[in-house]
Amino acid sequence: MARTLLAIALVGAAIPAMAASAKDTLTLGMVLEPPGLDPTAGAASAIREVTYANVFEGLTRIDRDGAVQPDLAEGWKVRDDGLTYTFRLIDGVKFHDGSPFDCAVVQFSYGRAMAPDSVNAQKGLFEPIAKVDCPDPRTAVVTLKHPSALFVFGMGWGDAVMVSPKTAADNKTHPVGTGPYRFTRWVQGDRVELERNPDYWGARPKLSKVTFRFVADPAAATSAMLAGDIDAFPIFPAPEAVDQFKSDARFAVHVGTTEGKTLLALNESRKPFDDVRVRRALAHAIDRKALVDATQSGFGAPIGSHYVPGDPGYVDLTPTYPFDPARARALLAEAGIKPGTTITIALPPPPYARRGGEVIAAMLGDVGITAKLEPIEWAQWIDQVFLKSQFDATVISHTEARDLDIYARDKYYFNYNNPDYRALYAKYTLSTDAKATTDLLGALQRKLADDEPNVFLFALPKVGIWNAKLRGLWENDPVPANDVGGVSWAD
Amino acid sequence: MQKGFALAATLLAAAVVVFLALEVLPGDPAAVSLGTGARPDTLAALRAQMGLDQPLPWRFGSWIGRLVTGDFGHSITYGTPVAQLIAQRIAVTAPLAVAASVLATVVGLPLGVLAAARRGRLADRAVRVGSQVGLAVPNFWLGLLLVLLFAVHLGWLPAGGFGGWSDPLAAARALLLPAVALALPQAAVLARVARGATLETLQADYVRTARARGLSRSAALWRHAVPNALGPMLTIWGLQLAFLLAGAVIVENVFALPGLGRLLFQSVTSRDLVVVEDLVLLLVAVVVVVNAVIDALQLALDPRLRPA
Repeated sequence: MARTLLAIALVGAAIPAMAASAKDTLTLGMVLEPPGLDPTAGAASAIREVTYANVFEGLTRIDRDGAVQPDLAEGWKVRDDGLTYTFRLIDGVKFHDGSPFDCAVVQFSYGRAMAPDSVNAQKGLFEPIAKVDCPDPRTAVVTLKHPSALFVFGMGWGDAVMVSPKTAADNKTHPVGTGPYRFTRWVQGDRVELERNPDYWGARPKLSKVTFRFVADPAAATSAMLAGDIDAFPIFPAPEAVDQFKSDARFAVHVGTTEGKTLLALNESRKPFDDVRVRRALAHAIDRKALVDATQSGFGAPIGSHYVPGDPGYVDLTPTYPFDPARARALLAEAGIKPGTTITIALPPPPYARRGGEVIAAMLGDVGITAKLEPIEWAQWIDQVFLKSQFDATVISHTEARDLDIYARDKYYFNYNNPDYRALYAKYTLSTDAKATTDLLGALQRKLADDEPNVFLFALPKVGIWNAKLRGLWENDPVPANDVGGVSWAD
Repeated sequence: MQKGFALAATLLAAAVVVFLALEVLPGDPAAVSLGTGARPDTLAALRAQMGLDQPLPWRFGSWIGRLVTGDFGHSITYGTPVAQLIAQRIAVTAPLAVAASVLATVVGLPLGVLAAARRGRLADRAVRVGSQVGLAVPNFWLGLLLVLLFAVHLGWLPAGGFGGWSDPLAAARALLLPAVALALPQAAVLARVARGATLETLQADYVRTARARGLSRSAALWRHAVPNALGPMLTIWGLQLAFLLAGAVIVENVFALPGLGRLLFQSVTSRDLVVVEDLVLLLVAVVVVVNAVIDALQLALDPRLRPA
């Protein structure tokens, strides 16, 4: 309905003149408001989408292609045993409140994340660290307990940014970092405003002011873009309205990738999901291409393991379980599953889950499995599915980058618990040889595809819409971020 | 005095209900905050930081104790004082509700009286059809239409959002369309009630008598029918005000306004217990007080309701 109305309203709409070329401010739209602005004290992507690389910076950073780059450390050396990292820190960096950045800040920031009372949502990233030494203010020596293939990558996450000892406690409401933009105000429920940091250590940011506006309703988001109130919506919530923007010269539609591995996650501690034949049958029963077309307007690549195309070491395992309902029925019969067996699929609020659940239920119905759909709130999903493992199956996208470790954990909600995989993962993370690391990465993906602990569905796409004159925003989402440091307006 | 006790008892009962309801609801703010990164140690640390490791009766007692001293506590997710958060949101929702209420009254009442006075004629039929449509149109849809016309097509008003009252003109512009969207269904209800009540009094014996004694039709209408129809209208008006406060959530969503409704919705989603508890209690208090005021007004208007 909304779409028809929009189309009617657009007929004969005079295209208003765009703002003058001297524009140096930017308004970005986001669906969810961040719950606090401290990326070291909360898991919400929205926190990072405002603060990452804008307000806060780490020793390393993740760039738009997902590669690790130097940031507050201009470079680092790793000793041959893979246990000692010597970071050379950039000289003269100051926090927004004027306090200096040096090795003592590194010690403080990592120490705070590792402390017993730490509330860091990714405390595991810091698990390899034994100690941080400061031979001089510009050098930080990090000693690890064991080699870690992902250590510098992890230190580039929002959870590992540098925070000043003076202001860390207040970062939730008044973030103080070293980044190109500094915090000015937060109108709760509506917007967060940042301004250019005139004392920034790096290249001078081009925009004088950046506003993040929170618009939850897809129709409201569409209107705000059409009215020009919002310059860009990097993760646009109404895929069905995309065509309308494509045909409008004022806007550019950008389809990029994310780290979101969308799964039909199965609880292996419950029957019948403990039987690999059942899991493989479910994998054969789902037509991934049709699922992507129906729920993502065709954007998003099918996946065959817990890894997304584009990440280093990706192996295409999508042919492992081709769409084949007859084979699915045969496997189910072999496992002794009678037609009409009922399972419950818990569906958290994101559209990929709610819409995806409907489609998956229909496909499972074709092979004789009755799927009962149970829409639940996010808080309920975290409590019942994630923390208590009280579920049969659920549709969920795991958005953390390169998180093959979740299948190696002692206790994780889908209860995979496979000693072979765990041994393989330990070998991978301890590996210090580049070639061997890549081979092990492939072996991990193959092992998962073979066991199919969850049904791997597709990589969640990032569909963004922005003003056609805007340059430099990230198309992809290798980590949750809206890095506006390099964003500018074309003349 | 008696009323004061009744109010306090109602609030206490509401406090117990909302507190227990939130306890029963699965999920807590610590788990929501840590999401899929949650590990047992960080979860325990955050629960302790949020005070969730304290026993239930103690938490209830300290909440009520704080409220009595006028301290609303701190939002778990935002980290800011709840009083400040609610004050910011009232600055959006209260003007919106008042503007919609005034608009609905100014439009609805005269139309209802007009329809009653012209019963069965064109004006009456127009009002009846119009109010039927007004009732049937959901206000989120009306909101979308208004945005398309005035924000997207004509570019006169913003499509949504609210930057605060520091710029009063911009704030008023931001609230104009939502107020209209919210007012229309209310106006329709008021018009129908006004028509019905006026018609009823117009047919009452004393009005007939007044007419028989030579009072003109319009004098009978304004001197007898309308004042006597005000009672039922006032009741509806009181009900509507409570509805406006809570029901604004849908319109606030369509216009991306940071009002009380969105705050309530958001804090339930994130299990921001302190905010939900304070806010529900505040809304209960508002409804109770508004109803008491309406009751008092009814008494003032109609001597027959007073105890002998």
